[in-house]
Amino acid sequence: MKRGSHPGCRPALGCCQGPRRDQLQLLHSPRGSVVRWRGQSCDSQQDALLAGIGVLTQDTLWCFSQVKGTIEIGATEADIISTVEFNHTGELLATGDKGGRVVIFQREQESKNQVHRRGEYNVYSTFQSHEPEFDYLKSLEIEEKINKIRWLPQQNAAYFLLSTNDKTVKLWKVSERDKRPEGYNLKDEEGRLRDPATITTLRVPVLRPMDLMVEATPRRVFANAHTYHINSISVNSDYETYMSADDLRINLWNFEITNQSFNIVDIKPANMEELTEVITAAEFHPHHCNSFVYSSSKGTIRLCDMRASALCDRHSKFFEEPEDPSNRSFFSEIISSISDVKFSHSGRYIMTRDYLTVKVWDLNMENRPIETYQVHDYLRSKLCSLYENDCIFDKFECVWNGSDSVIMTGSYNNFFRMFDRNTKRDVTLEASRENSKPRAILKPRKVCVGGKRRKDEISVDSLDFSKKILHTAWHPSENIIAVAATNNLYIFQDKVN
Amino acid sequence: MMLSKGLKRKREEEQEKETLAADAWWLDPSLPAAAQAPPAAASSSLFDLSVLKLHHSLRQGEPDLRHLVLVVNTLRRIQASMAPEPTLPPVPSPPAAPCVADSLLASSDAALSASMASLLEDLSHIEGLSQAPQPLVDEGPPGRPTGGSPPSLGALDLLGPATGCLLDDELEGLFEDIDTSMYDSELWAPASEGLKPGPEDGPGKEEALELDEAELDYLLDVLVGTQALERPPGPGR
Repeated sequence: MKRGSHPGCRPALGCCQGPRRDQLQLLHSPRGSVVRWRGQSCDSQQDALLAGIGVLTQDTLWCFSQVKGTIEIGATEADIISTVEFNHTGELLATGDKGGRVVIFQREQESKNQVHRRGEYNVYSTFQSHEPEFDYLKSLEIEEKINKIRWLPQQNAAYFLLSTNDKTVKLWKVSERDKRPEGYNLKDEEGRLRDPATITTLRVPVLRPMDLMVEATPRRVFANAHTYHINSISVNSDYETYMSADDLRINLWNFEITNQSFNIVDIKPANMEELTEVITAAEFHPHHCNSFVYSSSKGTIRLCDMRASALCDRHSKFFEEPEDPSNRSFFSEIISSISDVKFSHSGRYIMTRDYLTVKVWDLNMENRPIETYQVHDYLRSKLCSLYENDCIFDKFECVWNGSDSVIMTGSYNNFFRMFDRNTKRDVTLEASRENSKPRAILKPRKVCVGGKRRKDEISVDSLDFSKKILHTAWHPSENIIAVAATNNLYIFQDKVN
Repeated sequence: MMLSKGLKRKREEEQEKETLAADAWWLDPSLPAAAQAPPAAASSSLFDLSVLKLHHSLRQGEPDLRHLVLVVNTLRRIQASMAPEPTLPPVPSPPAAPCVADSLLASSDAALSASMASLLEDLSHIEGLSQAPQPLVDEGPPGRPTGGSPPSLGALDLLGPATGCLLDDELEGLFEDIDTSMYDSELWAPASEGLKPGPEDGPGKEEALELDEAELDYLLDVLVGTQALERPPGPGR
């Protein structure tokens, strides 16, 4: 059908770029024009409506896929998820929680029988990574909460990941065992030692198949190198080193050496009373193994080159946006504090998250970001209350999609936001049990800031600030996202037509 | 953590009115900051809140440094906005908002600024950094030159990878980082510990040295007791 050739054709709405005209029905309402699939039954009208809009606007439609975690409201604090990370292929998804546990999910192989259902993630391995420790000298407990997990690229059959709490980084090896040796000479079937006098013949033990067992073993423990709380770890692109960053220092480690590390950044002042700024996040450049960035509580980012000197206290680039005088308040510094910094996959950009915005910076432009996205600007007038209940100190993370075209970050009320850098469109979605029917399309959410609240909108005062989405992850190449909502992990996928 | 919605909303409204008052002053470009006194009630409640947060943060075994630094910086901003600069010309017009809390503020200002200075000192006690230089084994990893290791290594740094044992000299320093600031009156006499006075301490530190138990009681009353009279205590943590 030729574009614009039929009555009611709306090229601006994308009509004639998708389905046939006779499949659709154009309706006008006070809220605007909507398009429906003609002849849909009532049950699926909502989905159909959304699907129709999706087709016309070519937005990604996100569907619920799975949810992991306990359903009951009184879940313990130990179950609160504190970090989420896909591995480099997206085959594995790891979560860490406040109880020091790591749970790894593996994507099942897609079967020919269920082509419409993309592989689901099922538990692959669970292990206790960190235990609570007691520092006797300082009389304090070191929390076992897993602050970060980072995967190493796979080099053999086993998987390796780094997990860290406030003080100690550990390298874990996760491997499969599906065979076991049988027919020992000196041990019997139960493993008890045999009396050598009873052994009259020798046999060669053989490997026999067994039920698949996934075991996790700690291969390295990198301890005693951080006085302050570790907030970031980052694997270098040389795959031989990694860095760990705490509030005041960044250390460089070699994976093989656990009893020493190199201190590459130290911002501790000689007199602690002069302390005004801390390190909040750090990451290696994805391709240049000499480059890394770290962010601060004052909203600045520094790019450092390890070739310049052994101690990278002097940055090669300094990124800071001048303060907007019209938005100044007592809380300006707190809300400018960067909670997360991430390189784009291309290595050309960095993304930073502060309390109210996500910013994209070009590495070649230091004086301001190239893009700024408002996550929840309606909170700007509530900063005093958020300061009082400490929510203003919440640290939200941010992630890129595989092609660096969309960025995602969390908010309150179990909302999370996505920003398409190309179309400049954004969407607010919710991770909740109510939206958790299999393959149900997620409905965009809207916060009403004032005036008349429409149906389906939620007013700012009704937002639940205890339901915060701090941790999210995006599959490296597909439209699959993992969203941690307190003690539940939601997995969403885009709709497969 | 969150109270019921009704209570939360009420509190927010209260705070919002105060915030609006404080923010309005801060944001109004037509009024030179120097000539306009802030609505004292708003700033002082924010100040008290921040001091409470600071106390709470320091009371933790191992304070969240980021939280601490942000609160301290915010407190400094608030304090700077509340206290008129000595170099300013005399204000021609009286302050716009009636300053109910001004008398309280004026009389307790010295004590409050002393408390802030002492709180920051608590931080340095905890870090054990303001001690005189000690002959310590360099704790830095090989990447750092020994000469560059600052003399201000404190108790926390003793457990570095290169030092396998504790030096006798530092036993005193070790126990100093256990925060007993809420209960110790030695808090007010740091000079006996051989500390280097910091550049910013100035009058605040001298006052801290002279404070005795009576002053401490008065200070605690100001921070805790008086506030209880004016409004309900903040969310308990």
